[in-house]
Amino acid sequence: MDRRAPALMLQPFMLHAWEAAAIAAVVGGAVGFFVVLRGQAFAAHAIPNGAFAGAAAATLASVNVLLGLGAFALVGALGIAALGRRASRDVATALVLVLMLALGALLLGFGSDYASQVYALLFGEVLGVSGTQLVASAALAGAALATLALLYRPLLLCAALSESSQLRPGGRRALELAFLLVLAMATTMTVPVVGATLMFSLMVGPAAAARLLARQPSVALGLSVALALAVAWGAVALAYLTGWPVGFYVGTLAACVYLAGRVRAGEGRLPRLR
Amino acid sequence: MAMVMAAGAIFARGFFSSPIVQHALELGAAAAIVCAVVGCFTVSRGQSFAGHALGDIGSSGGSGAYLVGLAPLWGFVAISLAAAAAMELIGVQRARARDVATGVVLGAGFGLAALLLYLASTTASATNAAQTVLFGSIFTVGGDELPPSLALAGSALALIAAVYRPLWLSSLSPDLAAARGVRVRLIGVLYLAAVALAVALAAITIGAILATALLVGPAATATALARGPGRTLGIAVALAVLAAWLGILLAYDSYYWPPLHHGWPVSFFVVALVVSFNLGGRLLAGWTAARRR
Amino acid sequence: MRAEREQPILSVAGLSVRLSGRTILEDVSFELGVGELAGLIGANGAGKTTLLRAIAGLQVPSGGTVRIASGEGRGRPPVGYVPQQFLLERDLPLRARDLVALGLDGHRLGLPWPSRARREAVEEMLAAVGAGELANARVGRLSGGEQQRVLIAHALIARPRLLLLDEPLSSLDLRAAYEVVSLLSRLARERGVAVLLSAHELNPLLPAIDRVIYLAAGRAASGSVEQVVRSEVLSRLYGHHVDVLRVHGRVLVIAGTGHGEHAAGPAERGQPQVEIV
Repeated sequence: MDRRAPALMLQPFMLHAWEAAAIAAVVGGAVGFFVVLRGQAFAAHAIPNGAFAGAAAATLASVNVLLGLGAFALVGALGIAALGRRASRDVATALVLVLMLALGALLLGFGSDYASQVYALLFGEVLGVSGTQLVASAALAGAALATLALLYRPLLLCAALSESSQLRPGGRRALELAFLLVLAMATTMTVPVVGATLMFSLMVGPAAAARLLARQPSVALGLSVALALAVAWGAVALAYLTGWPVGFYVGTLAACVYLAGRVRAGEGRLPRLR
Repeated sequence: MAMVMAAGAIFARGFFSSPIVQHALELGAAAAIVCAVVGCFTVSRGQSFAGHALGDIGSSGGSGAYLVGLAPLWGFVAISLAAAAAMELIGVQRARARDVATGVVLGAGFGLAALLLYLASTTASATNAAQTVLFGSIFTVGGDELPPSLALAGSALALIAAVYRPLWLSSLSPDLAAARGVRVRLIGVLYLAAVALAVALAAITIGAILATALLVGPAATATALARGPGRTLGIAVALAVLAAWLGILLAYDSYYWPPLHHGWPVSFFVVALVVSFNLGGRLLAGWTAARRR
Repeated sequence: MRAEREQPILSVAGLSVRLSGRTILEDVSFELGVGELAGLIGANGAGKTTLLRAIAGLQVPSGGTVRIASGEGRGRPPVGYVPQQFLLERDLPLRARDLVALGLDGHRLGLPWPSRARREAVEEMLAAVGAGELANARVGRLSGGEQQRVLIAHALIARPRLLLLDEPLSSLDLRAAYEVVSLLSRLARERGVAVLLSAHELNPLLPAIDRVIYLAAGRAASGSVEQVVRSEVLSRLYGHHVDVLRVHGRVLVIAGTGHGEHAAGPAERGQPQVEIV
């Protein structure tokens, strides 16, 4: 995390950082829009936690970290789809996720360089994204965005009407599964950039703000991506200038964007509920 | 004779004579008891996510403490209490546990923790800050941190004991409680303060990110198994202390285990045990319910 | 029941409640005596819950007074309150006996000492409401009717002078509703408690109530059933013509808007509905 590099922002390694951040932001913003729409914030929290353990396992096995992330994110997505959404399951699911975090910490402890690896996986290490990782991320991003484009209308319909006659029950479950898989893909490419704990901020903060500011879905989607991009690039730039971690800026900027969205939309005070 | 040999196998050499282990056992028990007791109310009030959020936000407090040179305990306590107060002012959601607003605040808290940990590792040369704050390091808790921790644990328990009955009533129904003359808002504030203390104690035991497991796990298991409040609290406390002590024992024994021969983390064992107990407890509850039919 | 004139347990005089610029209750007045069972009738949104909460002390009135005769001896609260049905978590670690015990001392600080006297009082109260076998069942797993009984026990165990129930019959089938009403009537007489319960249908209450309070558009008309449930009185209350028919001891209240009758369903604000039993 030595940031005494004196050169300009457009050094090759910085280009990788800009590109990685861009990919994460575009996919994050797009997927995040649907996460907020479908009210699946919990899944957006849960899957990265599970992926953390996979990344730890991959690091230990000296395997490409994307493989570990992807495998565990996939299993997590399938698990959530299978369990369904029942209040009685929530505590059990939360416990399993905490276990995944503990498992990840254990596995990282088996390797060397524990402290910096924990840090990188939890809070992101955008400068550590290699060229091959970038290509793989771009490919995954393409696949995720293509899937979203394909499912655009069904997803909107499903969210707008809780029981639509146009979606058969089997179709609904397939849609749910497909979306969770997209979420798993997004997780895989976002976690190396912003970390498991901050992926939620990048995905959901700008998307929630966009949803408050724009009525039309297409406009809100575009705004969500734009805001996410602003957050991600802003974070990289600030991190470069001050030498402070990218994760800090992602968390702070996402919160600011969300707050600004609420204030602008006239919901300045956070809701009070009993 | 056979029992002595078995004991020797289970308890690795030096377990009972090591002062570090004794401190860990005391601290672990204190954290476990407080978390179990407070956790029963947390689960009943459906506020598991608030407890989770307090732990995660608390990570910034622990990191800050490292930076300033204080023991992490004080950082956890300060930030948890402040966050609990903020939650009370803003209004904690009861039923909808996963809210975007809480999640975004959580993220900002983590971001702050990231910054503070970075600064701690570069300026204050606290290289183990991340591990200690996020995943706990109970064996390195200094002897002088133990008395204040125990005092805080005692305060949290005294607080719960004082408002025991109004707390149960307002957890069941705020309207019923208000009709009986209970100051529901005040009780809620005192309860959140107890949660903050419980989470802080769990954070120094098994880390800020994992603290939720100790708060919610044993309580959820007990709720599935027992019916009355007294019995539920008893089972929760027993399970929590068992998980904490067994976790410490296993971590101590694992010192010579592969792969690196410097021990597996306590937090992993404790969380694994809590989750196993929960699974076992729910299976048992399901089995006895099926038998009764 | 005593023969001499007694001071009423509850007197409401000129009560008004205004919330967020809207007038919910306006100049409501009535009285309730020992052992009387009164029905507070009105459609959804008429202000029944607000009125009950104002009497229970949970809502500060904008005008008027609520006077509740104080009980004999210290520590006897004047009001027992059973709020509208709420969903309890299935796994809540409280049994029926715990909930009722909290009715005795749920407001006291400190840990409870196990005491045989308290245990017996709880069991006696549960038996009195016909929920004796439910003592050890989890409150979250009780059916609607069972929960209702336990809540009544919770409200009565501290021997209040006045018992308020907010729509206790709304999710019960007819038979269960009659059972709850006759239970309340018996408890009112035996324990000298005044009972006020709200409902949007009058007929399940007819056999048992001594007094009715009709609430519409924030205003109230109170008196015996014969006095209040009449075309002239209700028409004046609702502000448009209302017909009242009596069939085999049951009452039909029909809106006379000329749009014809409609079966009992979700009522619009302040509009009377046909009550067919």
